[in-house]
Amino acid sequence: MDLLLIKEGFPLLSFLIFLPLVGALVLLFCHGETFARLWTLVITSLTAICSLSLLSGFDPASSKYQFAEAYTWIPRLNINYIVGMDGISILLVLLTTLIMPFCVLASWKYIQQRVTPFMFCLLTMETAMIGVFVALDFALFYIFWEFMLIPMYLLIAVWGGPRKAYASIKFFLYTLAGSVLLLVAIIALYLKSGSFFIPEMMWQPYSLVFQVLVFLAFFLAFAIKVPMFPFHTWLPAAHVEAPTAGSVILASVLLKMGTYGMLRFCLPITPDATMLLAQPILWLSIAGILYGGFTALAQQDMKKLIAYSSVGHMGFVTLGLFILNTRGIEGAMLQMINHGVTTGALFLCVGMIYERTHSRELALATGVGKYMPWFVTFLAFFSLSSFGFPGTNSFIGEFLVLAGTFEHNTFLALAAIPGAVLAAAYMLRMLQKVVWGGTANPDQSYLKDLGVREIVVLAPFLLFVFWIGLGPQPFLDLIHTSVSTLIDQLHHWQQQQQVAAVLWY
Amino acid sequence: MDLVASTTDIVANANLLLAVIIPLFGSLVVMTMKNNPNLREFVSASASVLLLCMVLSFIPALKAGKTLVYPIFQLLPGLSITLRADGFSMIFAMVASSLWVIAVFYSMGYMRAHDEPCQTRFNACFALAIFGAIGVAFSDNLLTLYLFYEIVSVCTYPLVAHHQDEESYEGARKYIVYLTTTAKFFLLPALILIYVLAGTLDFPHNINTGIIPASASGWMVTMLYIFCIFGFAKNGVMPFHHWLPGAMVAPTPVSALLHAVAVVKVGVFCTTRTMLYVFGVDTMDRLNLGIPTAYFVGFTIIVASMIALSKDNLKARLAYSTVSQLSYIILGVALLTPHAIEGGLIHIVNHAFSKITLFFCAGAIYIAAHKKYISEMSGLGRTMPFTFGAFAVASLSMIGAPPVAGFVSKWYLLVGSMEAHQVGILLILIASTVLNVGYFVPVTYKAFFGKRPAGQAETGIKEAPLSMLIPLLIAVTVSVIIGIYPNFMMQFVWMVTG
Repeated sequence: MDLLLIKEGFPLLSFLIFLPLVGALVLLFCHGETFARLWTLVITSLTAICSLSLLSGFDPASSKYQFAEAYTWIPRLNINYIVGMDGISILLVLLTTLIMPFCVLASWKYIQQRVTPFMFCLLTMETAMIGVFVALDFALFYIFWEFMLIPMYLLIAVWGGPRKAYASIKFFLYTLAGSVLLLVAIIALYLKSGSFFIPEMMWQPYSLVFQVLVFLAFFLAFAIKVPMFPFHTWLPAAHVEAPTAGSVILASVLLKMGTYGMLRFCLPITPDATMLLAQPILWLSIAGILYGGFTALAQQDMKKLIAYSSVGHMGFVTLGLFILNTRGIEGAMLQMINHGVTTGALFLCVGMIYERTHSRELALATGVGKYMPWFVTFLAFFSLSSFGFPGTNSFIGEFLVLAGTFEHNTFLALAAIPGAVLAAAYMLRMLQKVVWGGTANPDQSYLKDLGVREIVVLAPFLLFVFWIGLGPQPFLDLIHTSVSTLIDQLHHWQQQQQVAAVLWY
Repeated sequence: MDLVASTTDIVANANLLLAVIIPLFGSLVVMTMKNNPNLREFVSASASVLLLCMVLSFIPALKAGKTLVYPIFQLLPGLSITLRADGFSMIFAMVASSLWVIAVFYSMGYMRAHDEPCQTRFNACFALAIFGAIGVAFSDNLLTLYLFYEIVSVCTYPLVAHHQDEESYEGARKYIVYLTTTAKFFLLPALILIYVLAGTLDFPHNINTGIIPASASGWMVTMLYIFCIFGFAKNGVMPFHHWLPGAMVAPTPVSALLHAVAVVKVGVFCTTRTMLYVFGVDTMDRLNLGIPTAYFVGFTIIVASMIALSKDNLKARLAYSTVSQLSYIILGVALLTPHAIEGGLIHIVNHAFSKITLFFCAGAIYIAAHKKYISEMSGLGRTMPFTFGAFAVASLSMIGAPPVAGFVSKWYLLVGSMEAHQVGILLILIASTVLNVGYFVPVTYKAFFGKRPAGQAETGIKEAPLSMLIPLLIAVTVSVIIGIYPNFMMQFVWMVTG
């Protein structure tokens, strides 16, 4: 257990996990819509503020799991409650906690029916999401991972759009299908190693066949979650039907669990299989980037457009991860955060249009710029960020991923470039339509520009767009040690394997 | 190559940041002044004057052999957003800031005389375009250059689409598609690959060494070089030049700005900056990249001139003339001999002043006489003698006749091509001169000596409003002055070549 940096005193991570859950339980007994809204805002804000103290206590020079807590839970099966956080998870935890208050604010007027249950779902979601990112025991991880499905399913199925039943069932089935295999892989690993403690499963001399099987099970579960082409079809449906807050959570946090899983589990637990299968996955990422781009270009529905753009953007993330060098993985990590910020903000923007026009159709939102100058200013910056305009967050993420890819294989990187072109094309197309439209725009003069609440919701996202874009170093410092340790371990592992191979023959 | 790297000392200077922020701030203030046109125009004008003064204030330090830099953001090791003022940046910064002053007054006259809608947006975007152009001029590395290059692309879209009709949307769509696609497709990978190869994107302080390490493989560097030439599609090099004639739907002050200052000059400036400061004369010499580039852009020079001959719409003819003239600049630099580089770089200045005059004339003709087509302008010179007089002088500059500005650049270019022993280039330059005569002289000749179309009586002198005429005359006067006394601008060029 020397990998854990046990923190004595206040159990901050557990507090972050269970505070929203306690808040949700309170909602069970107290009714009243205004109270539910305010209470959820207070709880999520409190979680966000407390999570910031993670930054002050976090030692970026250490690759150990920090703020760790370990309690015995089910001794007979060797299942323990172990949580901890390292450079790979810290930004994702912060992204989750910081984005939640804005999801509450975005649902302030959007959700008019069954407000209390909606807020209950948001709070339980938050517990599950934080839990997934900090769990260090595989059984615990799996519980959070599955637990998350239910509130998300409800968010879509109850508060969703006209085709909510179809979308929610599809989401549920896809994710569940992946999860079942994940469970099989976890049990297989438990039988081999006798423990559910994740760090103990890493860098073990499993046989290649075992590794490949475990890897494939992991990969399928995570690839569906990301979603990687061709497992992405649940995503546009879910996004289109989900309420704004649901879309934001889905895009900003849920998709990251897939890529987080790949980095946390696939690489260190099954290193040989990862290296063996990295090449096809890289080309699958390229396919996703191009497919997402082309499909987004053809969309008439703004939410679908952004959903398909997510497929493309997450393609860049998986590309960076499986390049298996420091620049690539750091770029991918940064790109996860960037996608969370930018795409989350774009979904919020579309939600704001939807609240006014009750449509997500691009054709009905043309020429809005004239009447909503503040709105289109925000939309313009987020769109620019989405296609990697220099100076914004996505640029630096894509830059690192592509720099890593160029180091690895020039042709692979050149193949990804059309994805960047397509991103500019579909984002500028949407922006042009919304801001300018054409000569025959529908009458938009009844539209009101953004109110204070909406500006307060969007402004922090804009801050992060430029903060990460112009000063990414503090963010990279947080993840650097963990990533470079991981890469060192991988190189060490490769050398060991070579030595072993020489001794064997 | 005997171009000596000049010894410079590097001084941090926060005024650089101020210079870049002035137009940005001006634009933001303009946006808030929708209901007060006079105050709004006053803000634009004072921002432009302030910027010019700021740029002029850098000259003494540069003359003392210093290079001014100002780091703003450090993104990654070797990757930063940093400003720099050296001789090379001053060539373009001088042009952009001085022409902004002239253009502000001209567009005030044009937009009001024409009663154009959305003048606040127009003024704000105009200032933003200048913000991008000044940023490009003062870039210290390829990333900063790319950032401001893209800012220019995005901020000029509203200017091109200004009229908001089918035609302008179509032109603007073409404009943004060409410019962003080439930038993303060619420039982005080039930028990243250069960073991976060299570990930095910072320009060196001489034109010889470049930043590409000698160990890089030849085909890779050649590919990067081609990517850079095509990536900066604002330079109008064929085959990615179609956006330029398409953008002609914009109001004339915008065309003038696009052609003389903000857009195309950003393109050639970026191209030549990259050729000299990223690849460097030594690398280009070693890999023999210069002469093929010169012939390649020579093709653009000739073909664009021939297309210009066939155009009856005055603005379209000027647009193709721009396509052709821009390649002069790249051709000069690509020859890699000192005189040719000097000729190419000084042509940035000379072409800017002369071309803006020509576009101002086209706008004045449109406002005063409502004529767009050359065939309709027969005899119009007698009604608008000042405008057509200015047009005649500026077209002499395009042709390269003394004593107007264009002569200086053509002289240097011809000397340079002889130094490089390239008879072919010499012939291209001569042929292009003949073609220039072919498409510019008839305009002036018909205007002064042609018969007025039937049914149109000779009226007295009827010029455009003074707020348009005066900027136009100032621009043409400057063209003549820098033709007779080129040394003021040449001093910056000499700082580059050492």
